[in-house]
Amino acid sequence: MAGYEGVLILGELGDKNQAAGITLELLGLGGKLAQGLDEQLKVVLLGNNVEGAAAELPQYGADKVYLADDPVLGSYNPETYLSLLQSVCEDEKPRIFLAGSTPVGQDLAPRLAFSMGTGLVTDCVGLELGDSPGLLCTKPTYGGNAMAVFVLDTMPQMATIRSRVGEAPSPDPSRGGEVTKLDTGAYTRPSRMEVAGQVKEETVGVKLEEARVVVSGGRGVGGPEGFSQLEEMAQLLGGAVGASRPPCDSGWIPPTSQVGITGKIVAPDLYIAVAISGSSQHLSGMSDSRHIVAINKDPEAYIFKVVDYGVVGDWRSVLPAFTCKLRELITE
Amino acid sequence: MQEGLEIIVCVKQVPDPEGPPSAFVVDSEALRVVPKGIPPVISPFDENALEVALRLKEAHGGSIALLSAGSGISQAVMLKAMATGADELLLVEDELFDCEGPDSSSTAALLAAAIRKKGGFDLILTGRQAADTNSGQVGLGIAQMLDVPAVSLAQKVEVFDGEVTVERVLPDGHEIVRVTLPALVTISHEVGDLRYPRMADIKTAKERPRTKWSAGDLGVEPASSVRARILELSQPVRERQCCIVDGDTPEEAGERLALKLREAKLL
Repeated sequence: MAGYEGVLILGELGDKNQAAGITLELLGLGGKLAQGLDEQLKVVLLGNNVEGAAAELPQYGADKVYLADDPVLGSYNPETYLSLLQSVCEDEKPRIFLAGSTPVGQDLAPRLAFSMGTGLVTDCVGLELGDSPGLLCTKPTYGGNAMAVFVLDTMPQMATIRSRVGEAPSPDPSRGGEVTKLDTGAYTRPSRMEVAGQVKEETVGVKLEEARVVVSGGRGVGGPEGFSQLEEMAQLLGGAVGASRPPCDSGWIPPTSQVGITGKIVAPDLYIAVAISGSSQHLSGMSDSRHIVAINKDPEAYIFKVVDYGVVGDWRSVLPAFTCKLRELITE
Repeated sequence: MQEGLEIIVCVKQVPDPEGPPSAFVVDSEALRVVPKGIPPVISPFDENALEVALRLKEAHGGSIALLSAGSGISQAVMLKAMATGADELLLVEDELFDCEGPDSSSTAALLAAAIRKKGGFDLILTGRQAADTNSGQVGLGIAQMLDVPAVSLAQKVEVFDGEVTVERVLPDGHEIVRVTLPALVTISHEVGDLRYPRMADIKTAKERPRTKWSAGDLGVEPASSVRARILELSQPVRERQCCIVDGDTPEEAGERLALKLREAKLL
């Protein structure tokens, strides 16, 4: 496996064409690995008008930034992105390749791994250098009922990482790095695939993934009316409303509100679970919350084993009194 | 354009993921999870994929082949899935599946080889990820190996004039992606649940064609394509000490909960 060197990160862009939060987190995580290996930390960034974002990355620890800037790359097309990324990987031969567990990362990383004939561990919650040259990747399996550590046998060793696993380094403006522009014309080939547009749902108020307080409802909430009561409490606490899977499947609340292994993974300061029994699939999406509260009428519900505070009772009686008292305490 | 759609749906048998956490016993020595008291089922996203196939068959005609790789595949589980309206069952059994041996890479290699052996198809559907490995790689891997375009995380799939149009789930909405057939699409749960089969159909499903292959029949040596190995397996610690807040009435308990949270400086 000689000749493979350094840590390469797939950079992504946030709302204002700046480096996304996950990319900075990966720079933090990848920086530690690169340091442990005494090798370079590199980022590849694909997009349209992203020179500004690329120029910022050395402050966060990138030794080298590969930049593909082209109007064609303004929206994610897997086949175009793959051909560019693969040629960067073949030229650079990174020892480790990291991407976020994001819509782009979880789509692109498997394609890249299979085209390069190398191994990938997805949705990791921990990375560590093992005995040279193994990368140890920790990820939940069986819907979070087991935690597995994998080692990869082939190069590059690839992993996708959940958000909030790494910590963004504080920027150091004095730090320099090399930005290399890639020739996009050579790689952008006609595609069998057309991305015809995006339909965004308007989020009112705080985003679920960023909220410090999340109020979530389960099947027991019973219908969309119940969720408006949860909404009231979330607003009071400056938080967002989430749900386990059944209310989303029943159309009581948009599917974008789902918290769980196949929905959003959240870790707020306070998570309030209303009429949620505590399926593994849901717990995997919220069990890293700082403090967890549950209201459930079934004293045997599993959720009570994984929370800090619990009330056994029908939420229809408990919640209005709870909300009313909260309002009183907050406005005091 | 030819009549009807030839659809292959890849399904995986897993221990019922809706089972309680205590049903998943972690054997750290053997590096495997031993299900306790829960039945095998088809991985839920694969069931969603089968539902999409059934709707497409209703709209366009054609046929559905169910393809599953594993060991100890339950006849009852597959029959129930077949009875919803699939036409043919293809099984790949290999002893590699007896342990935690196969990874996404070796599984995709087996399935791709089985699809090549079967012959023509218009559309391959898989779940977005399996409920046991939670990996989400095999579908995209099969597409890469067969060199067909692939779209992941579909919440809606429509076929028109040799093209498939997919609504792909995003965290704050969706995007619309069009690819030419033949293609592969991985399905997310938003498409809706798999319909229930009728009892009468479960009986007739037994008579539908079924083929069983070993890895050797497919000319594949799956162990040689394993790239990710499990080193450790453990039970995650999620449990917390729960302080139950009570009161004479549910209303009083609700008020006390608010007071408790303020006491703990969580407001």
